[in-house]
Amino acid sequence: MDEFWRLPDTISTFGADIDRLFHAIVIITGIVFVLVEVTLVVFLVKYRHREGRRSEYSHGNTKLEIGWTSATALIVLILGMVSWGLWQRIKNPAFFPEPGLQLEITAKQFEWNVKYPGADGQLDTDDDFTVRNQLHVPANVPVQIRLQAEDVIHSFFVPELRLKQDAVPGMEIPMWFEATTAGNYVVGCAELCGLGHYRMRGSMTVHEPADFESWQQSRIAAATNGAGPATDAAPAAPQGTSVAAAAATHAH
Amino acid sequence: MSTIVLPQDAQGHAAPHHDDRSFVRKYIFSTDHKIIGIQFLFMSLFFLLVGGILAMAMRWQLAWPSDPNVPLPGGGMLPETMVTNGIMLPEFYNSLVTMHGTIMVFFAIMPLLVGVWANYLIPLQIGAEDMAFPRLNMASFWTAVPAGLIMMSSFFVVGGAANAGWTGYAPLSVNEVYSGVKLGQQLWALSLITLGFSSLMGSVNYITTIVNMRAPGMTYMRMPLSTWALFITSILILLAIPVLTGALILMFFDQTLGTTFYQPQDGGQPLLWQHLFWFFGHPEVYILILPAMGFVSDILSNGARKPIFGYTAMVLAIAGIAFLGWVVWGHHMFMSGMNPMLGSTFMVTTMLIAVPSAIKTFNWLGTLYRANIRFHVPMLHALAFVSMFVIGGLSGIFLANTPVDIPLHDTYFVVAHIHYVLFGGSLFAIFGAITYWFPKMFGRMMNKPLGYVHFALTFVFFNLTFFPMHMLGSGGHMRRLYDPTQYPNLAEMQDTNVFITISALLLFGTQFIFLVNFFWSLFKGEKAPSNPWEANSLEWAAPSPPPHGNWDGVLPTVHRGPYEYASPETEADYLPQTVALRAPARTHEPIGD
Amino acid sequence: MSSHAAAAHLAEPRRMPGIGVYNMKLGMWVFLLSEVMFFASLIGAYIILRFANPEAFGLPGEVLNVPLTGVNTFILICSSVTMVKAFAAIENGDRNGLKWYLLATALLGAVFVGIQVVEYNVLAHEGFVPIASEYAAHGRDETGPLVGGPLYGATFYTMTGFHGLHVTIGVLCLLFLTVRAFMGKYTQANHGGVEIVGLYWHFVDLVWIILFTIVYLI
Repeated sequence: MDEFWRLPDTISTFGADIDRLFHAIVIITGIVFVLVEVTLVVFLVKYRHREGRRSEYSHGNTKLEIGWTSATALIVLILGMVSWGLWQRIKNPAFFPEPGLQLEITAKQFEWNVKYPGADGQLDTDDDFTVRNQLHVPANVPVQIRLQAEDVIHSFFVPELRLKQDAVPGMEIPMWFEATTAGNYVVGCAELCGLGHYRMRGSMTVHEPADFESWQQSRIAAATNGAGPATDAAPAAPQGTSVAAAAATHAH
Repeated sequence: MSTIVLPQDAQGHAAPHHDDRSFVRKYIFSTDHKIIGIQFLFMSLFFLLVGGILAMAMRWQLAWPSDPNVPLPGGGMLPETMVTNGIMLPEFYNSLVTMHGTIMVFFAIMPLLVGVWANYLIPLQIGAEDMAFPRLNMASFWTAVPAGLIMMSSFFVVGGAANAGWTGYAPLSVNEVYSGVKLGQQLWALSLITLGFSSLMGSVNYITTIVNMRAPGMTYMRMPLSTWALFITSILILLAIPVLTGALILMFFDQTLGTTFYQPQDGGQPLLWQHLFWFFGHPEVYILILPAMGFVSDILSNGARKPIFGYTAMVLAIAGIAFLGWVVWGHHMFMSGMNPMLGSTFMVTTMLIAVPSAIKTFNWLGTLYRANIRFHVPMLHALAFVSMFVIGGLSGIFLANTPVDIPLHDTYFVVAHIHYVLFGGSLFAIFGAITYWFPKMFGRMMNKPLGYVHFALTFVFFNLTFFPMHMLGSGGHMRRLYDPTQYPNLAEMQDTNVFITISALLLFGTQFIFLVNFFWSLFKGEKAPSNPWEANSLEWAAPSPPPHGNWDGVLPTVHRGPYEYASPETEADYLPQTVALRAPARTHEPIGD
Repeated sequence: MSSHAAAAHLAEPRRMPGIGVYNMKLGMWVFLLSEVMFFASLIGAYIILRFANPEAFGLPGEVLNVPLTGVNTFILICSSVTMVKAFAAIENGDRNGLKWYLLATALLGAVFVGIQVVEYNVLAHEGFVPIASEYAAHGRDETGPLVGGPLYGATFYTMTGFHGLHVTIGVLCLLFLTVRAFMGKYTQANHGGVEIVGLYWHFVDLVWIILFTIVYLI
């Protein structure tokens, strides 16, 4: 089923829950689709006009109507109830897990500026450093991100994480995820933001925790050596050896 | 048309209206609802074509992004600011996206459903001689025209046409520093404000006419579902359009005066635009589907030769959809950063709105059960509506579900959903409605073989074009991308984009069959009798086309509902609303009067 | 308008009874519903913006001239009273009463607009304008900063300005009615125009009472 829908591999904890819901909806809507369309075709064939035929003179069947109305209402309400908790867990800050890493991402035309907390592990301190278009996170650690926008509305989107969040100027919007698989993934912008919307591409690298540490150290060292804010463009090739093998995780 | 003025008789039947108006008064500045409906028809078919051309240019770029081997056809005619060496520029692509959506929603589908059919059908179906306010009606059309001209003019101004999406999210849409377009965006706002006045004038007319001018015997529950749908749609227009007008005025001030309603400086809020726009926007999408549902009911019942299943439920479902439509707007904003609690509540209301739509679908199936189905061209379009609307509705369930919407929002999954309901739904219903009421409007039938060919090819190419978009979306393909191959994960799906483009081009080409049929039939179509489809509603009791004043001075009297097909009271398989049967029923006498 | 004459003949007693209110009146009611939504969108925007970000606004009592506008509100309410009197007069066949009460209504409406224009002028001179670049910070008594920001001006002028536009259109309609009344065009049997302009006028007054409460008092 995932190949038919071209679902990219899920690499986040709540992503798996979203996929489960997606599958459930595919099945429910699939059944309804088949039932309705087959019934339609059967009726069209069976009740086509033939000489001497006359339709049944009926204005409806109230019992039947009540029946299928209640059934539909029940199905959609159950679907809604089942999804309620998951939505709250993903989007409501009151339910976010304790973060192992906190970052700030500022979206602007047409790049993602990711601010890391630096050696002291605290954001909004002097040793923070910013990297353009590169999001580095450790695997299996809840990462919480403060999403901002400098100019217009953008939307942070990583398909494999099943995560999307609009970045709105004037708002600080918290989001979180926990990545389960190391690798390189694409960050896209999912809200029309101007002429460069199509090339507002960033990359996310999920590291094994040890690798993440060494990456952070190298960045901190670069920053304290007066290299200034990093100005890497979106990389074309995967980086690091331990990550290379996991880099073959593009959508199938 | 009689030119003799007859005296009033004892029952107070007035003289037939004698018509010595000039050509200009009759066909240009007409107050006759039928002419105004036809004027809207020509105007909106033009915009449908324009919208289609814009879409073809978009699809060309999507299939062969910036590929010099596949230059944009006609690109050489466009200025360097739009297309250079056959390759379109990103700014032009964003304008195409914006204007395709804007023109299709506001200048094609909305007028094709409401401007044309509310005007043409309502007085005829309820047995009135014209609208309550014929001059206001004329003003409504002649306000829509300048609105359209303003919108089209925006292509030709400095900076080009609006490019912030048909949804016009701020701050992009209100600040040319971010979008590169100032005048185009301002004209976009002004055009829609103007069009809003046109729609408002129309809705005041439609509501007043339906409430106050129904013929004797035409109770509310004997009105055809086309009229019911147009009635309820008019109420939606009346209440939703002013909100858009208010939102656009604030937008225009931001664009022109430097206010910051929708910008974060000095306390403004970008999300305010979204709330106002979608508070209008969601009722708007029901405005774009309800009339179509009404036409489908009328045509389906006629083709099936069977009463509509569950008329009362159908009316209640239309009302239910309209009512619930006011409390679901937040489902367009699940990812917007609004309070997550709102996301949950909007999910519940959105799920609920599936229920009345399901009722209608099941009732259409019920209408076909044990029917005696004739597959005339309008019937095929109505059946396509039912089958395609189901797909559009079901894809909506995915999007209504907030967690599942996270990966799907702002991807091609939404584009698939939109087009299944707007094309698979509304546009098929429009093709059906045009074919069905063409004989009444113009006194001629449209060509049947061309109608069947157009239908079949459109149905096939439509599905080939839009179904794969679901998969693009669930695969992560975002919307409004000038060049999706910039993303490696999307570049892998490029074959699908090429496939879709080719299907779309074939789909677009097929529509010329319809256009040819339409224009040829205007002049050469087979002459039509007053009731070529053997239908029941009042418009078929009038001549094809009806004279000015419709009923020749004598309002029809209504004896029954509009869906009395296969009635035991008569031998024929239809029984028009105007026919007075001699008591007792159940005889084999020919139909009286 | 022979089609209207024909319509009148066709109407009696043949049609379904409808809602029991003649077309123009029903049309005006329906139109006023749309106006409710229009003002709701502007007032809604103000409420959302102001209560999300009160520092960008200010306390109305400190920025706006509430007493003067209170008087102005009273004037507008009086004009609704004279409008009622005008309509009651012609319903009783009192064409003289109609003339003078219509004139009074129009004049009171014009005074309302006039006072609002004066108010706008004073506010603008104090620096209370809708545009950031023009927004000057000086207070009512020329000392200290003017409370709030340009967004306050933007919302204030938009809401009250569109209301003022509606009042102005109403005054023009009333003047038109007044002229016709002085020409003797209205009778006890035939005065539909008075009724429907009256409906519009009362609506405009009602919107003002709501606006005054939300914008000046809260």
